[in-house]
Amino acid sequence: MTTTQPAVPTDADEPSPDDARWELRLYVAGQTPRSLRAIANLQRICEEQLAGEYHIEVIDLTQHPQLAKGDEILALPTLVRKLPPPMRKIIGDLSDSEKVLVGLQILSGPDT
Amino acid sequence: MNVDTADPSTARAGEGVAKAPTGVRGLDEILGGGLPRGRPTLLCGGAGCGKTLLAMQFLCRGALDAGEPGVFIAFEETQAELTANTASLGYDLDQLVEDGMLAIDTISVDRNEIVETGEYDLEGLFIRIAGAVQSVGAKRIVIDTIEVLFGSLGDPAIVRSELHRLFAWLKAQGLTAIITAERGKEGISRHGIEEYVSDCVILLDHRVIAEQSTRRLRVLKYRGALHGTNEYPFLIGRHGIVVAPITSLRLEHEASTERVSTGVESLDARLSGGLYRGSSVLISGPSGAGKTTFAAGFVDAACARGETALFISFEESTSQLMRNMRSVGFDLIRWVDAGLLRFETVRPTMHGLEEHLAWLDELLDEVRPDVVVIDPISSVTRTGTRAQVAGMLMRQTDLLKSSGATSVVTALINPGTTERAELEITSLIDTWLIVDSTEANGERDRLLSVVKSRGMAHSNQFCEFVLTDHGIELLDPYLGNAGVLTGSARLNQQLADVEDARRDTEVLERNERDLEHQRGAIAARMEELHAELRVQEERLEQVRADHQLRQERTARQRTLLSDLRWAGEERPTTADAGSPS
Repeated sequence: MTTTQPAVPTDADEPSPDDARWELRLYVAGQTPRSLRAIANLQRICEEQLAGEYHIEVIDLTQHPQLAKGDEILALPTLVRKLPPPMRKIIGDLSDSEKVLVGLQILSGPDT
Repeated sequence: MNVDTADPSTARAGEGVAKAPTGVRGLDEILGGGLPRGRPTLLCGGAGCGKTLLAMQFLCRGALDAGEPGVFIAFEETQAELTANTASLGYDLDQLVEDGMLAIDTISVDRNEIVETGEYDLEGLFIRIAGAVQSVGAKRIVIDTIEVLFGSLGDPAIVRSELHRLFAWLKAQGLTAIITAERGKEGISRHGIEEYVSDCVILLDHRVIAEQSTRRLRVLKYRGALHGTNEYPFLIGRHGIVVAPITSLRLEHEASTERVSTGVESLDARLSGGLYRGSSVLISGPSGAGKTTFAAGFVDAACARGETALFISFEESTSQLMRNMRSVGFDLIRWVDAGLLRFETVRPTMHGLEEHLAWLDELLDEVRPDVVVIDPISSVTRTGTRAQVAGMLMRQTDLLKSSGATSVVTALINPGTTERAELEITSLIDTWLIVDSTEANGERDRLLSVVKSRGMAHSNQFCEFVLTDHGIELLDPYLGNAGVLTGSARLNQQLADVEDARRDTEVLERNERDLEHQRGAIAARMEELHAELRVQEERLEQVRADHQLRQERTARQRTLLSDLRWAGEERPTTADAGSPS
């Protein structure tokens, strides 16, 4: 599994990847309302829960289709937790914050 | 369920529907040319029934034969697995990928890694497929097996709507696609994929009947085209999948009028000139009757004409066969050395009926022989039900005929077993020879009869043959009062006849001699009698003459006496007259 994808410019404003404990990658397809919604949701959740400890990389597969294979992306949007291991995937527009936090194992789920 | 069955009234022989050949032998024939070009086809079947191989063969043949690049989207296997599996069929996927004729994208979805929150679509998958299609300029695509998505993603409604979008996109791209799916318990496929693929549906099946593993294929529907609707067995052979129609769709073997020799001159004469080229011959008979020798003679004659031959032996090793045939004057090794003859000796237990056909098909394709011998087919047909055996034999005859080769198939039929499945195909074959051996006078005599021979005059006479050190010789039958005699009975009868004739001649000669003898004797006697008669006649003449003389003398004496007694006077002659003085 490739974990060293080339850095893709993002407009997020976070610490450099070297400092981040949480390395997150969000795959989207174009600037669709759903994509934008997912980006906004992710940034909000991270700011609320992981301020100063995260780095978000947004990859637009319509621009870089060859990057879909690395993380086995089928559904869009897909959020991939690259660090800390193990890798986790969350698909959807991230509108349910609690599910996102459980998925990222920031919060333990109701059944764990 | 949206499943149409083939309706011949609406299907017009392929008009309007462009076809993309699958390159799978037999399948294109059933499909009337191939899959619907630019449309998706659903390939549905249980695990391990050959979906992936068939789909991969479709791509490889497309790339190699039609120059159409292809894309393989694999949900279940890795590229290494795919490469290894298809290498066993003789396809080099790595090379095709290198040549830019094939793109493989393996997609793994691990349900455990995924949490769903909010709306999503499968644009990522589409991007990957589109990327792969674009990378090689694909005309063909296989998606194997997209149903995995139903298990991996929690929302079937999203998957369904996305599949609709996917198939619409495939059509819009003009891709000839094979979508594989697992066989479902109720519908055709487990997740009802057939709802999206309405153009062509092919079912694959893998069953074990009477301990025979049989794979079958059926074209469930093919919109707008005629297609074979039966279940057709198919085989995974050395060069991929071969679908063998159990009944020939068309009888289109070209009938040759050229004759080829059987290798036995006197047999050719009985068939009024030999076998037709491309015809099929069955030689049946009990063990040791000479079936293999006839077959070898046929091959020997073919190679002597410079033709190529394939000799499949299920019972003897090559060296054993060569030695045995050399003893009856057929030196086959020189034809092997000359590259004209190919021997294939295998244990029949290595093959099931289906494998046998696949194997034969590949051999025919590889060797392309002018003549073929299978000796004996009964080794293969020991397993399987009667119907299976009959079906296999029918297809074998078909296979041999369509290859254009003149074929001789031998079958071991022991006396008294007339119910064998081998005999059910006698209506299909062109020439049926029965060799037999009859037991009489403490010996076995070999007999041959031509039971049937299509399209040629042939003798119905049983005749005897002998195996000499220079081949087979047919002997003229002996027709005695007691019927047809063979062997020593024939020799005895011939000797007896000679003796009879000799005796007859002797009797005649003796009679002739006797008669001649008698004729001589009679003639001699006649001569004697003639002589005697002459003697008698002579004596009679003498007596007559004497009598005459005496009378004259008496008359003279009387005159003299009278003259003396009565000199001048007349005096009557008295009693002393006439008495001597």
